[in-house]
Amino acid sequence: MENFEPVIVAFCCHYCAYTAADMAGSQRLPYPSNVKIIRVPCSGKVDALHITKAFEKGADGVYVAGCLDGDCHFKNGNDKAAKLVTYVQNYLEEIGLEPERLEMVRISAGMGDRFALIATEITEKIRKLGPSPIKTVAA
Amino acid sequence: MITAERKPLEEIIEYIKPFKRILLLGCNECVTVCAAGGRKEVGLLASGLQLALLKSGSSIEIREHTLERQCDPEYVEELVPMIGSEEAILSMACGCGVQQLATRFKDKPVFPALNTKFMGGSLSQGMWDERCKGCGDCLLGLTGGICPIAKCAKQLMNGPCGGSTDGKCEISDDVECAWQLIWNRLKALGQEDRFLDIMPAKDWRSGGGGGPRKIIREDLAE
Repeated sequence: MENFEPVIVAFCCHYCAYTAADMAGSQRLPYPSNVKIIRVPCSGKVDALHITKAFEKGADGVYVAGCLDGDCHFKNGNDKAAKLVTYVQNYLEEIGLEPERLEMVRISAGMGDRFALIATEITEKIRKLGPSPIKTVAA
Repeated sequence: MITAERKPLEEIIEYIKPFKRILLLGCNECVTVCAAGGRKEVGLLASGLQLALLKSGSSIEIREHTLERQCDPEYVEELVPMIGSEEAILSMACGCGVQQLATRFKDKPVFPALNTKFMGGSLSQGMWDERCKGCGDCLLGLTGGICPIAKCAKQLMNGPCGGSTDGKCEISDDVECAWQLIWNRLKALGQEDRFLDIMPAKDWRSGGGGGPRKIIREDLAE
């Protein structure tokens, strides 16, 4: 437990969070290597199955990073993603996983510092929650 | 369409717990449209079941498949060469599909993963409401296209009742008074006179009161 390094999957919108991750890199801002980024064309493209499969494959935490309010490149994909995240959080609870393992965040393309901060905060939160019970069983 | 909602995961797990291999079967028709039992929902339920079972320390092999229609024997027949070592079938179709499977595969337990709700239509994305009770003797031609059987809480034939206030039903402010809707519609059509016609008591035999119903088309039946 003491050496627990969580695996975190971040579904990042190409137009904001993914670019923000790039920005964080350009600015030489460190963020935990626990976060595995998956680029999506819009946070609204993320499906409930992508999230549950991530947990099935051993993720300890998942977050969906979309654009700021009103800034979606495709009108309202970020709002759809937020609704989906709430829906899947309820599903996780039904399954018996802590819904806190899943989160929706909003970042603009220029917010490299915010990307690094969120990645650090979520990693710490999941570290405190401990390993996913799924992984514990599988191991 | 026939609408449905997924059963609580806990109930589904109780059904499938004794088995090691199951077939999770979706339907491409109504339950796909109401986002309850199509291919996508089959995938999500399979994943949720795997997670829940892994968490409790057990595991199950789930084979996913979706039929064009589960309520037709022709499509159900497609499963015959497919079903092998699966010990049970978990159906994500409406009750009609579940029963079709149970009739065809007499040696396999068949379980419903959905609660079949009602015959309805889509109000907007993600919202469906009840439109038809299948009473077998359609009145819509007399009521301006609004059904007093499906939409009136009391199924009144000559409404509205005293519980209608400002166009709302007394059971909830969210429920519109069907007879107010009928009046508004007849008025818009210039058919207010029709409202004065007394409708006789309904014969419910065609609506299921006479036992299970059946349709036989002699020209088609073999």
